[in-house]
Amino acid sequence: MLKNRIIPCLDVKNGRVVKGINFVDLQDAGDPVEQAKIYSDGGADEICFLDITASNENRDTIYDVVEKTSKKCFVPLTVGGGVRSVEDINKLLNCGADKVSINTAAVQNPEVVEESSKKFGSQCIVLAIDAKKNGDKWEIFTHGGRNNTGVDAIEFAKKMEDSGAGELLVTSMDRDGTQVGYDIELMSKISSMVNIPVIASGGVGNLDHLVDGIKLGNASAVLAASIFHYGKHSVKEAKEYLDSKGIPVRI
Amino acid sequence: MNVTIVDYNSGNISSVINSFKEVAKDKVNIDVTSDLNKIKSSDKVVLPGQGSFKSCIDALNNISGLVDTLNEFAINNKKPLLGICVGLQMFADVGFEETETKGLSWISGKVSKIDNQNRKYKLPHIGWNQINIVKDSKIFKGIENNSHMYFVHSYEFVPEDKNVVSATTDYSSNIVCSVEKENIFGTQFHPEKSDKTGLKIIDNFISL
Repeated sequence: MLKNRIIPCLDVKNGRVVKGINFVDLQDAGDPVEQAKIYSDGGADEICFLDITASNENRDTIYDVVEKTSKKCFVPLTVGGGVRSVEDINKLLNCGADKVSINTAAVQNPEVVEESSKKFGSQCIVLAIDAKKNGDKWEIFTHGGRNNTGVDAIEFAKKMEDSGAGELLVTSMDRDGTQVGYDIELMSKISSMVNIPVIASGGVGNLDHLVDGIKLGNASAVLAASIFHYGKHSVKEAKEYLDSKGIPVRI
Repeated sequence: MNVTIVDYNSGNISSVINSFKEVAKDKVNIDVTSDLNKIKSSDKVVLPGQGSFKSCIDALNNISGLVDTLNEFAINNKKPLLGICVGLQMFADVGFEETETKGLSWISGKVSKIDNQNRKYKLPHIGWNQINIVKDSKIFKGIENNSHMYFVHSYEFVPEDKNVVSATTDYSSNIVCSVEKENIFGTQFHPEKSDKTGLKIIDNFISL
């Protein structure tokens, strides 16, 4: 039976791990390579690096981090943030990323998803959707949550599935950093509209939120940062908790 | 000993390279090449594969003499070869991803899309699933039944002769996830991304 995945996410800036509250107010908290290794040894099903300020700054540090991590961690490694072109994807994959997540570029230039999934295969193309509720719909934000594109998140998700995205990483911008739980309505709506796996992200504050993301949000995988990163819970604890709630996990 | 990972522009193979180098340490030499002479002279060959069945077959055919060299290595000389993911799928006679494409015909069968049972199952099949070992395979030495492996695929290999199947996994149906036919081994899952159990399988292959 396929297991639901738990994915710790490390926000990386200038080669160092940080985790912001609503993408500002950053705190430095460690070496990404060591952190990733701790997570993979602790049973993380996948590791995610998000290069949060990559759209504005020198990107070369992330390539180095990915290269070093991929030599030490033998679970899938997803890297996102500032990925603009097929060439960026190629470079990250060559450094050892297994999947690359794209958001800003996909909204501005949707052909990137089609082109890259044809070139590298859908299995390594994750479409990241950062969405904020506006009335009765959700709109996609880009550039780390600074720009509202006005694009409908659910329609865009369907379109990107058709373009060859292998997975969707759905982050609620309303919830990110708040620790009040995933936007379950958003997750379940998108999950029911597409036939590719959905990774829920944004807002995890406790282990019940992970349970809700899978049971109520119908996510295939749950991504979280702070609850793991500041030692509030280990990945192992999270898995045991999910298991106790009847959710299939790899233990 | 020399193990060659065939580099034929089949997409991202850095994880395969990293995992083999991790396991091999200094004991075994790992080459990453499409050089026909190096392949011929190596002791073992790894055939990775990412992307579509068609794109991988096209990429193999784009390197002049590569398919013949692989045939000679695996079929005539019966030296150990491990196919991973689409690398395994290409053993088949035919694949149906994108368009009908002829495979290597090393193990009779076809590669077709996993039945999602009217959207009940999401595709790709991504994540950790347990393997049901149905045959003693040399690459499963020390691997417990129901071990978790990392999968990412939408197509499955359906061999004609079920005796080649060494493990299956449950997703929509019993998907063939590992085969062994004499010197030819293949895994649908990614041992290079399956943590310690995956590295053990790589170690088993290297130690054959």
